[in-house]
Amino acid sequence: MTSAGEPLVTPAPRPYALVAELTYRCPLACAYCSNPLELGDASTELDTATWGRVFREAAELGVLQVNLSGGEPLARSDLEALVAEARASELYVNLITSGIPADAARLERLTRAGLDSLQLSVQDTDAGGAAWIAGRDANESKLRTAATARSLGLPLTLNVVLHRGNIARVPAFVALAEELGATRLELANTQYLGWALENRAALLPSRSALEEARRVAREAAERLRGRIEVLFVLPDYYADLPRACMDGWARRYLVVTPNGLALPCHQATSITTLEWQNVREHALPAIWHESPAFRAFRGEDWLPEPCRSCERRAIDFGGCRCQALALTGDVTATDPACVHAPRHDLVVAARLRADAGSEPVPEAPRPLLKLRRRAAG
Amino acid sequence: MIDAKARVRLAARVRLRFDRRSGKVVLLYPERGLELNESGARIAELCVETRGVGELIELVAARVSDAPRAVIERDVLDFLNALDARGLLEVTRS
Ligand code: SF4
Repeated sequence: MTSAGEPLVTPAPRPYALVAELTYRCPLACAYCSNPLELGDASTELDTATWGRVFREAAELGVLQVNLSGGEPLARSDLEALVAEARASELYVNLITSGIPADAARLERLTRAGLDSLQLSVQDTDAGGAAWIAGRDANESKLRTAATARSLGLPLTLNVVLHRGNIARVPAFVALAEELGATRLELANTQYLGWALENRAALLPSRSALEEARRVAREAAERLRGRIEVLFVLPDYYADLPRACMDGWARRYLVVTPNGLALPCHQATSITTLEWQNVREHALPAIWHESPAFRAFRGEDWLPEPCRSCERRAIDFGGCRCQALALTGDVTATDPACVHAPRHDLVVAARLRADAGSEPVPEAPRPLLKLRRRAAG
Repeated sequence: MIDAKARVRLAARVRLRFDRRSGKVVLLYPERGLELNESGARIAELCVETRGVGELIELVAARVSDAPRAVIERDVLDFLNALDARGLLEVTRS
């Protein structure tokens, strides 16, 4: 019931985190990269002042944390200024980096500019494995970056994307996190969208490998409680019930791409039926509150069956829109990762193939694997 | 468990700030944030520098004169242990 004076539209929820994709330039070319299949070129990247405005507008919307990400954010020569801008807006500033190049003097400048924490990606502890998945082995540079972060007192998170090629090495990732003095270890299975979907046959682990990894991660989380926060994220394909992707569409997260598109998630440009607005032309609060694309799948009102009459609808909001689109061709379909989804068969079939291919991962080079194209610049 | 003899301080990765939107003090750390209630905020603010837990209890007691001492002591220890379980506290145990 709506009486006069009450708003007709439910107010938008408050976003807590901004993912600022500063550039698509990157020294690595990971086969599961979450950047879009088509990358823009460096000349169209937002400039320092525009990012400064985006940070202020995000803070005004209620955002508390910013992840400076990419690509590789160290490729931006104005990163120090961007960190300072984000801090000036009182944001908690996380740098999401490959650790390449390892540059101690620069990390020190970034820390002085107000960087709060550093998240380092680790592709593999095995050099051959790292080269297989990312096109090159950069572990030496990563270890040096971690050591520098530590000596600067910068809190360190290790982020590992798990897949068929490295999932057996979860014990080694845990040991590395302990050795490097990390305060958080993210063991996040690949989610099969974009590049990862292209490479799914080579990347999706078997159920037994996944279960073993999960067991090791659980044991480590227990043992390291209070010292290292260990996070294990299942691939949707084995979860049976979907996650609330990004905590729900346009609910907690905002992503801004290198060239200024505001999105509810990294992959959203794959949804070409929605019109994505650019922060160059619109203020972030206007996009968040009013843009049709942000409102398209917000909340529960748009949900199809079986979600509409499911008790989990306010928990997972029908799962991931990009995954629904990529697998079924229908962006409004129930996420096929869900056991109740009409097209759950698609996920089951992929899983069965992963279990059937139980032979060890072949040595690099592996022709099946498509590496993300390196962006120019 | 933290007892009155330990010395504590917020971990380096923690940043406390006032959140105008909620009117609350929030405790931020990588990828997460906790919105603190009034009593949590009072204790957390005192933990910005290293203090003995005994001293901390005294300081809190001096600020909330209307609560029984035993309640304050339990509140402080519960809060500190909750932070410690999340790795948000540097603790020196004697
Ligand atoms: S049917 Fe829809 S709401 Fe229910 S669990 Fe599956 S995806 Fe979630």
